Amino acid sequence: MSTKKAVLGLKTVLWIAALLPAAWLARGLMQSDLGPNPIETLTRVTGMTALVLLLVTLAVTPFRRVTGWNPVIKLRRPLGLFAFFYALMHFSIWFVFDMVFNVQYMIEDIAERKYITVGMAALLVLIPLAVTSTRGWIRRLGKKWSTLHKGVYLATALAVVHYFWLVKADTRLPVLLAVCLVALLLVRLPVFAPGGTSRKGREGRRGGSSGPTARPAGPSEGEAPASVGQGVEDDVDAEGVRIG
Amino acid sequence: MIIRRPPDIPSSEITPEGVYVNRRKFIKAAAAGAAGFALGPSALEASELQQSQEIPPRFARLQSELDEPLNSYRDVTTYNNFYEFGPGKDDPHRNSGEFQPEPWTVSIGGECNKPGDYHLEDLLSGVTLEDRVYRLRCVEAWSMVIPWYGFQLSSLINRVEPTGNARYIRFETVVRPEEMPGQRQAILNWPYVEGLRMDEAMHPLTILATGVYGMDLPNQNGAPLRLVVPWKYGFKGVKSIVRIDFVEEMPLNTWQRQNAFEYGFFANVNPNVSHPRWSQARERRLPSLFKNFDTMMFNGYADQVQHLYAGMDLERWK
Repeated sequence: MSTKKAVLGLKTVLWIAALLPAAWLARGLMQSDLGPNPIETLTRVTGMTALVLLLVTLAVTPFRRVTGWNPVIKLRRPLGLFAFFYALMHFSIWFVFDMVFNVQYMIEDIAERKYITVGMAALLVLIPLAVTSTRGWIRRLGKKWSTLHKGVYLATALAVVHYFWLVKADTRLPVLLAVCLVALLLVRLPVFAPGGTSRKGREGRRGGSSGPTARPAGPSEGEAPASVGQGVEDDVDAEGVRIG
Repeated sequence: MIIRRPPDIPSSEITPEGVYVNRRKFIKAAAAGAAGFALGPSALEASELQQSQEIPPRFARLQSELDEPLNSYRDVTTYNNFYEFGPGKDDPHRNSGEFQPEPWTVSIGGECNKPGDYHLEDLLSGVTLEDRVYRLRCVEAWSMVIPWYGFQLSSLINRVEPTGNARYIRFETVVRPEEMPGQRQAILNWPYVEGLRMDEAMHPLTILATGVYGMDLPNQNGAPLRLVVPWKYGFKGVKSIVRIDFVEEMPLNTWQRQNAFEYGFFANVNPNVSHPRWSQARERRLPSLFKNFDTMMFNGYADQVQHLYAGMDLERWK
């Protein structure tokens, strides 16, 4: 099976899976089936979906390292954009139904309630990432693009804190998501990233990116531990190869 | 805004004569008579009401009591905070099927002359059961209007004769992890504890509810006996009560114990005292989608209760 076909298939699955929560909510709204407080359901489901998608986005690079299957990186942009889509819906529902379009209420709430402060911060961090997710922006920003897009770590961390702080008593789920986040950050540490995507490997891909796998040969494993940032850079280049 | 309402509820006027027999006994009799293969009328009615958003015609009269529309039976029984059955709003109605509210005994003790274990039927025999339409304001900034069915707590208190040392009354919810799946985790410190100052407990608005919409309380609403204090946030309404004690010291209620920074003992509805999680100035009056209903001081019962708190710093005693 060609890589192109595999990526197309995965993207199709991703689109369907990522739209399922929205479809479920739309069906529930149309059938008045979201319970006596549908806004609470809408807020909860969109927020949870955004957070989970952010974590899945952060899982792409570790997945690539472990499996050595580089084309998976092509799922990262749609995943990130879907996360942003749900975060934006989450915010909009809050602004329309909870803040009833009142900017002053909104400012007060952001200032007075720390879980809302960090939630808002997470969204603000995501906005430039979504805007600069196009090929044009990747090219234009060059190295700065990867620096900017490290913001996804910050946004996800803020989103997890937002969730943890808003839960009244049952912190099991926010704690589980925090553990996932920490794990996804830890696997980016040099000890866990033994040069699986070293510069050497990248060079290799540049030469012939159409190969079934661009994973570097065994011997390079264990050399030149990659920093957290480097992994991201590598990914940009991987995208760049596809674009170029 | 103050809702028109006489200072004391004219309970004799709002209880339709003869309509509200003891439903629990009625079901029992019906079930026995039908050799167990038919549901009692009350249970059947409840399941029908559960399916619709309609307000049964015979409650239209109650509806006019507050000038605010009643929430449907379905709203009232499918959207609950009852962590003993799980932390989600729909957990209580999904997970409470195993719960057995019969037979039921309440242990009454502490500073009173007639302590003891009282059967629920015994407690109910000496009181006047009546409909009470109250607003319910949750600390989470949503609210409903609910036709409870129950009796004034004061009548029970008078019967067991608290001593001069009784300054507070303390309630406990039953602990039955085998029937209450939420209790299998230490989400809160079980048993759920709540309390009132004696003057609050004796107030004519304070009731122990045994029903809603004239029918027995469903399990998810705190069967078979729960507290309703309409001028306080909903979490004061301790459910499935098995223990009542008269005490000298202010009880440490569950949510205050969980997070004293956010929850206090008094928990009076107050739009001017903000909560770290929710502005209390506005509420979502379900089933409205918008959180645009201005919260009223003491939930609209200021005329009846504000004298209880004269001179108190309501910011401090939240």
